[in-house]
Amino acid sequence: MRIAKLVVLVGMGAVVSGCSIQPWVKPYEREHLADPIMAFDRDPVSSAYLDHVFDAREGARGATGGSGGGCGCN
Amino acid sequence: MTMSRMVRLMKGQPGKLLALALLALTMLGHGSTSFAGVLAEDRADALYHRYQGGGVEIQGPSVLVRKKLGENFAVNANYYMDFVTSASIDVKLSASQYKEQRTQKSLGFEFLHGKTTYTANVINSKESDYTADTATFGLSQDMFGDLTTVSLGYRRGWNHVYRNIKDPDGGKVRDPTFAQQMDTRAYTVGLSQILTRNLIASLNVEAITDEGYLNSPYRSVRYADAGDPRGFALQSEIYPRTHTSQATAVVLKYYLPWRAAIEGNYRFYSDSWGVNANTLDLTYTHPWHGRWIFDGRLRYYTQTQADFYSDLFPRRDFQNFLARDKELASYTGYTIGLGASYEFSVPWAPKWIQKSTLNARLDHILIDYDNFRDATKTNPGNGILAGAEPLYRLNANVFQLFLSVWF
Repeated sequence: MRIAKLVVLVGMGAVVSGCSIQPWVKPYEREHLADPIMAFDRDPVSSAYLDHVFDAREGARGATGGSGGGCGCN
Repeated sequence: MTMSRMVRLMKGQPGKLLALALLALTMLGHGSTSFAGVLAEDRADALYHRYQGGGVEIQGPSVLVRKKLGENFAVNANYYMDFVTSASIDVKLSASQYKEQRTQKSLGFEFLHGKTTYTANVINSKESDYTADTATFGLSQDMFGDLTTVSLGYRRGWNHVYRNIKDPDGGKVRDPTFAQQMDTRAYTVGLSQILTRNLIASLNVEAITDEGYLNSPYRSVRYADAGDPRGFALQSEIYPRTHTSQATAVVLKYYLPWRAAIEGNYRFYSDSWGVNANTLDLTYTHPWHGRWIFDGRLRYYTQTQADFYSDLFPRRDFQNFLARDKELASYTGYTIGLGASYEFSVPWAPKWIQKSTLNARLDHILIDYDNFRDATKTNPGNGILAGAEPLYRLNANVFQLFLSVWF
């Protein structure tokens, strides 16, 4: 538990001190990143469905950003 | 610290850790400069999906609507259906073809306060033999001049598992003697980071723990039985009642000089059942002539088997836990996908429609199993003995057609 507290406190310190960091990519330099083709999830209705297909066919799960319930897997 | 250890710690001392985490987030909120965040655009999608492969056909609609209510509040709702016709290899071995229907409804809320977005979702899924209720809570925080977004999430699921049996008329009815429960808890931590004016990265970690009835009430394992003409007999599978997994995914997305994007995604997965998996996913996105966007995808997946999996156990009740689910076998999967999106406008469309796209997508999945055999091909008369059948291979096509409208 002591290690967990230490990790959280060190993280807080880093975060608080990091608030003074100046953004190295200015807002006016983010034109390319704002292009819809750069979205991580351009079509949520489609990616959620495909995630469900892979969840049902594979043993691995998680860290895809989706969530849901049910089985639909037999 | 591994995620499973973190989860155990959180279970043991939830109050203290939660307080520390909230304190950290509060300080983040006060420390950041005031670029206002934005909620996603108002949008409606209507999708038709179809999966066909391995004797299974699943199709149905999905409708997703997102709507902002003012600048700080948004709601989203999804209605999803699966119509299943299954004569999969599992079904062929131990049951008969069946039809099933699943309906999933979800309602979500987003609240934006400064640079923090809070989300909450409730999801309900119903099948004749399975119901699931899920609640999710999340928050994300933009910081460092909006170069960095940190997110935290929690998901809780309550599942009820039933079993259908044949009624005297040949239809199916729920078995009144069988009802089981399964609960899920999931914890997620995410970080997305702008690295350069053309490169963005994200890191997602998710720990999921399940407790309760985790196997299928229908599926069987097989064991060697010299007294059976096929050389094997069947018994019900038996899984552990707990399952804990950790997954870590790293995504990099790069804007190419000719207005195109390439995305690489790697995920490592491990769980308490001994399954380790690696996923590598590459997507190339290419706009064409203003109105078209094409996507090409290659995905590679490989996993090791669960500790208690076997294609053919030496004898009945060989060990405490028994599985022959092909999703717990050792195998490698390949997916190739192509998508096309066309932006169009209808002259007589209402003025509140800002943009419309028609989209089609086809993914082909090929899975080569290393130790799951096609037990329907056992034929001792022709020298194909139990345990020597050809290895199973799954070919599946996944088709999507959807209309998207921004308003």
